[in-house]
Amino acid sequence: MTSPVILTSGLSKVYGGVEPIHALRPLDITVERGEFVAIMGASGSGKSTLMNLIGCLDTPTTGSYRLDGAEVGGLTRDQRADLRNRKLGFVFQGFNLLPRTSALDNVLLPLLYDRAGRIPNPEERAAEALKRVGLSHRLDHEPNELSGGQQQRVAIARALVNDPALVLADEPTGNLDTRTMMEVMTLFQDLNEAGITLLVVTHEREVASYTRRVIELRDGRLVRDEPVRNQRTASADLAARYVEDEVG
Amino acid sequence: MKWKKLFRAAIDSLLKNRMRSVLTMLGVIIGVGAVAILVSLGQSAQAVIEEQITALGSNLIIVTPAKSESRGVSSGARTANTLRLEDADALVSQGTELSGVSGMVVASGQVIGGIGNWATKIQGVSPSYLSVRSWELAEGSFFGERDVQGRAKVAVLGQTVADELFPGQSPLGAKIRVRNVPFRVIGVLKSKGSSGIGGNDQDDVVLAPLTTVLYRLAGGRNIGVIFASAADATRMDQAEADVRGIIRAQHRLRSQEADDFQVRNQAEIIEFAGDALGALTALLGAIAGVSLVVGGIGIMNIMLVSVTERTREIGIRLAVGARGSDILAQFLVEAVVLCVVGGLAGTGLAFGAAAIASRATEYTVTVGWDVVLLAVGFSAAIGVFFGFYPARKAARLDPIAALRYE
Repeated sequence: MTSPVILTSGLSKVYGGVEPIHALRPLDITVERGEFVAIMGASGSGKSTLMNLIGCLDTPTTGSYRLDGAEVGGLTRDQRADLRNRKLGFVFQGFNLLPRTSALDNVLLPLLYDRAGRIPNPEERAAEALKRVGLSHRLDHEPNELSGGQQQRVAIARALVNDPALVLADEPTGNLDTRTMMEVMTLFQDLNEAGITLLVVTHEREVASYTRRVIELRDGRLVRDEPVRNQRTASADLAARYVEDEVG
Repeated sequence: MKWKKLFRAAIDSLLKNRMRSVLTMLGVIIGVGAVAILVSLGQSAQAVIEEQITALGSNLIIVTPAKSESRGVSSGARTANTLRLEDADALVSQGTELSGVSGMVVASGQVIGGIGNWATKIQGVSPSYLSVRSWELAEGSFFGERDVQGRAKVAVLGQTVADELFPGQSPLGAKIRVRNVPFRVIGVLKSKGSSGIGGNDQDDVVLAPLTTVLYRLAGGRNIGVIFASAADATRMDQAEADVRGIIRAQHRLRSQEADDFQVRNQAEIIEFAGDALGALTALLGAIAGVSLVVGGIGIMNIMLVSVTERTREIGIRLAVGARGSDILAQFLVEAVVLCVVGGLAGTGLAFGAAAIASRATEYTVTVGWDVVLLAVGFSAAIGVFFGFYPARKAARLDPIAALRYE
């Protein structure tokens, strides 16, 4: 019996004291293992707040949140750090790779903080993760020697290296052109096929159309939570695009 | 995170900003270098002084008058005129631990003779003065007991006076006058050079019989100082006690009365000078230490800049599971590595400077290992002290804000 990857009940976040801002109204969502979810919403909709809560970077004002069966509420800062290290992989909009540091060392970063020694051969493991995103020939390259798409793939490898229960991607295609976006989404779909649970925060409908389920927020409230009908296949779109470009 | 990884990461990070790291270190390099050089110079100077003590012989005893008091107001040392010629005579006749005694009275004045005149001091001494001060004659002879008793107008010139008044010729037999008192030159002293501590020219002197100077030039019964040499350098304490007992008896002091004179020996005086030099060394070291502290502040400044600059990196590290303590350790280790490498370079600088100083001067300047350990230990402490605040600032960053930082 496996517990859901994400299980929230009455999860909310209120900022400020005198004139409180309800960034997130009490929210109940469940994400099962193997899902591929898009969280949508305009800026100010509360999707970043939700993302930070799910990412164990922030603490909720009320409600409970269980990540892969572990209660997050009431954990200390250090305990949340350990939980992130064990259960989560992050992909950010701005790639957030360490400058002047090789792809391999960037991917190794989470394993540097693997206190329990959960993963025995970090170097091998990091090389494997880079191979998985198709960058096994770029291990020694530094971020400024890589294209935007390649940098984002290094970041994805970094998110995978610790074998997380959930990969969280915050606007992962925000800085990328359409073709590179499709490449990244192809990779995400492949990873999801392989059983990895993915949660993508985005404001682009096109990106959401490659996922299996869309959760939409507005003004801190859940306004839509439904499976994606007619899920698109990124690799097919990429191929079509390729043909289009070739023909002119 | 293991320590080995931490150090590797710190060195990697410092190498990525090579120029900045070197410039930051410069403060510590100069600070540690200055401390090590100055302390080493001081220690070497003390060693030189110790050498001088051994060379001078430590059996010289010096008796001077104590301070005088008038209605409870003390005028300080050597203001009283309590030493008499008879005291010196008593030491000669009664001293059992002494091999030589000479009183001294000093008059200053213009010496006229030879090719001109020369202002110097005329010291009235006993015939045993030469042996007491281990001095020798270059030519001629010294006056004897009979000259002292007869207040003979004979003089022995120091090398400087001889050179000034009789350049290129022997002054033996020549006449000189001091305040209208004519003297016949009977000898010239060997050069002794300047004294180690004060830098006085010891050759700028004219020696004459004690009584002659006392009655004809100084005009009184009091003498300024009595020199005595202990018969046995290993029995200095007994010799000093001997001197003290005899003079107390001379002065008819009752047992509850304090000495109205001071007895010291040469070794004590030089030791005192050595102590003063030690204090000076400590002072110079402290001043140099200030530059080390300034270097430390430079480190703190750069670490603060570095924390701001690397806010995103810190955010990433926190997001992927670094604890606050990991970030603290990372920045602290960077600061300490900067300081210790700087400290080692500074010590190298001191070794270089010491080698140059040793070659350029007649003294050997050595940098002791205690100085090296102290300097490197101190710079590590500086690293921890000045690295802590920036590192704590980094460790306390909010990961969400840090990730968004532009």
